[in-house]
Amino acid sequence: MADFTSGFWSTYITIATLVAIAACLLLLVLNSRRPPPSADNTTGHVWDGDLQEANNPLPRWWSGLFVITIVFSLGYLWLYPGLGARDGASGWSAAAQYEAETTALAQEMAPLYARFQGRSVTELAGDARAHAIGERLFLNNCAQCHGSDGHGAKGFPNLADNDWLYGNSPDQIVQSIAKGRNGLMPPMAAALGSAQEVEQVAQYVLSLSDSSSDAVKAALGKPRFATCAACHGADGRGNQALGAPNLSDRIWLHGGGLQAVVAIVNNGKDNPMPAWDDKLTEGQIHVLAAYVLSLSQPGAQGARQ
Amino acid sequence: MVREVIPIALADDNGLFSIYQAHQKLYPRSVTGRFARLRWGAVFFTQMIFYGLPWLQWNGRQAVLFDLGARKFYLFGLVLWPQDFVYLAALLVIAALSLFFFTAVAGRLWCGYACPQTVYTELFMWIERHTEGDRAARMKLDAGPWTADKLARKGAKHALWIALALLTGFTFIGYFAPIRELGAQVLSLSIGPWQLFWLLFYSFATWGNAGFMREQVCKYMCPYARFQGAMFDRDTLVVTYDERRGEPRGSRSRKAEPAALGLGSCIDCNLCVQVCPTGIDIRNGQQYECIGCAACIDVCDTVMDKMGYAPGLVRYSTHRAVHAAPESAADRRILSHLLRPRVLIYACLLLVLGGGLVTSIATRNPLRVDVIRDRNTLARIADAGRIENAYRLNLMNASEQALVIDVAAEGISGITIEGPAQFEVAAASNRAVPVRVQVPPQGIDPGAHAIRFLITAREEPAIARTEKASFIVPR
Repeated sequence: MADFTSGFWSTYITIATLVAIAACLLLLVLNSRRPPPSADNTTGHVWDGDLQEANNPLPRWWSGLFVITIVFSLGYLWLYPGLGARDGASGWSAAAQYEAETTALAQEMAPLYARFQGRSVTELAGDARAHAIGERLFLNNCAQCHGSDGHGAKGFPNLADNDWLYGNSPDQIVQSIAKGRNGLMPPMAAALGSAQEVEQVAQYVLSLSDSSSDAVKAALGKPRFATCAACHGADGRGNQALGAPNLSDRIWLHGGGLQAVVAIVNNGKDNPMPAWDDKLTEGQIHVLAAYVLSLSQPGAQGARQ
Repeated sequence: MVREVIPIALADDNGLFSIYQAHQKLYPRSVTGRFARLRWGAVFFTQMIFYGLPWLQWNGRQAVLFDLGARKFYLFGLVLWPQDFVYLAALLVIAALSLFFFTAVAGRLWCGYACPQTVYTELFMWIERHTEGDRAARMKLDAGPWTADKLARKGAKHALWIALALLTGFTFIGYFAPIRELGAQVLSLSIGPWQLFWLLFYSFATWGNAGFMREQVCKYMCPYARFQGAMFDRDTLVVTYDERRGEPRGSRSRKAEPAALGLGSCIDCNLCVQVCPTGIDIRNGQQYECIGCAACIDVCDTVMDKMGYAPGLVRYSTHRAVHAAPESAADRRILSHLLRPRVLIYACLLLVLGGGLVTSIATRNPLRVDVIRDRNTLARIADAGRIENAYRLNLMNASEQALVIDVAAEGISGITIEGPAQFEVAAASNRAVPVRVQVPPQGIDPGAHAIRFLITAREEPAIARTEKASFIVPR
């Protein structure tokens, strides 16, 4: 077990546990001896003038329970992990139990999702029952980053605006959820040249979406944008195969304006979306993809409400 | 005035210093009379409710069902959620106060007439009496050798005991798992392992407690038996032996005149000891073992009747009354001290709490709402520079009909809800919904602003909630 860096603590705990149990047994044995008879069966101690202490033996039922607890604890320690790093004879472990319970739960849920499995994500986007389940899944798993309404936040894409980094086909959405994505923008400062040249490119990028920009600097930056076009396309409309964002739509995942754009160009950005296929079942991801798709389809929601 | 103190004495001088003694089996004699009839009435009343209630239906479901798995308690038209736990607290306070009230007035009424331990012991003793016979027959049977007759009688007794215990365990589980399905599962032997475990557990507890433990539960296990003494006072009605009238006790001919023999009314027949379910002698005075069942009153009245004496040598009376002087004033004192401050205070508290609970349940709002602000994004800038905050509303519908809920917001001029603002929540369920709130950017300071969500049920104007929330405007 990796919990212990050496065998010392394991041995220490094992000995301490066994000695404690043996001491309990010893305590019981010493106190179970029938007391020597005295005339009035008291210990002779008197408090407050008339309070005497009777010298009765331990009740047998109580001693029996005490012995049972000792036998139980030894049996328990033999069967289950407890004596230092020792694995129990039963082979039980918390991790295995967790695995078994999650597998059982997935099996229990399978019929619930089975009826959606034969239908396409596009079709399910307008289905009220799939939407209700998808909504719960989204609130429990996705809302922490993308917001309860899926409208995102800085660094976390808005899922309701019909602007797709990796595409809105059912397969692409399922892929984004199941396997995750890694939005990688490399630092481009070195490739573009001086700080002044970086700013010129940034002004050009801003001009693509008619954001406020310096027309002269933008014109100077345009030739250097060729470096960026490899991913973002010659017209800056992005590339969903790479997850390169569209730069011409005024949607700024990491903030708009000159300062933010320059910062991204200089420093790059590593923006991962984790994979969910180890936490959600295939059926759940299917329903969730339909829910995500419905967020940007007011028609689908309108039909449902 | 010298304060009157109830004298206490150790009933059994050997109690403290003896080695633990083995339990001595009691053979309570059967008894008939006023109080026995009252107790049987209580047994029928409580057990009709206990065994019958789970079978009642309401709105197509079990009328009384404590669904622990779904965390919903169904009580006829009422569906209680974990949020309603305060009602359970109120109920427990009321139960405790009732205990105080009834104990202050007439002692251990609960123990003597309504406690499950008493009720099931009574039922089990009834079975015992019909299979093994009354006290003398049972003692003879136990002392005698194992014969076919003894085997048959004991076997019949245990068969009936176990049948009753299983029915009790089954009924008890039926409050937590739908009893009709449970019945079908039992008959088809497809009952779940945990339900089977608890069914057998409660059956075993019934069988053991009512068949074997009996008075030992009251004497050694029940904490309530011990702290009841704190609620007694000199004016509490308790089962009392009238020492002034009974002593000196002694046997005599029915024709004899007790006064001439220098005897009191007690003929020392010992029947009051034989009928006692806890095996005490009421003539030794008030004892903690006495559960107030009044069996000794019933039997003594029968004896007094046979002897041609007035009944009531053992009767419900108070410490003050039996020590009253002159004796003729005794019964007047009981009544005149009934309405004493302790009793009145308990009664007032009971009325106030009971009234409060009933009012609260009658006016309970079946709609509950939790507003949770999205913490990931404080605020967003939406179209036309409008400022947007996202919330999650947890809508809980505790009623038995589906509700269509309208959500509106107020508190900032121009505040609107974007996207869906109407949600359907199914009967007795909850639903979390995302809600986006926007305000115009003009004339609003940065920082947190208090807003309110107005949540109303369509076509049910009485069902409405106003929930506070805060709206964040960025710098």
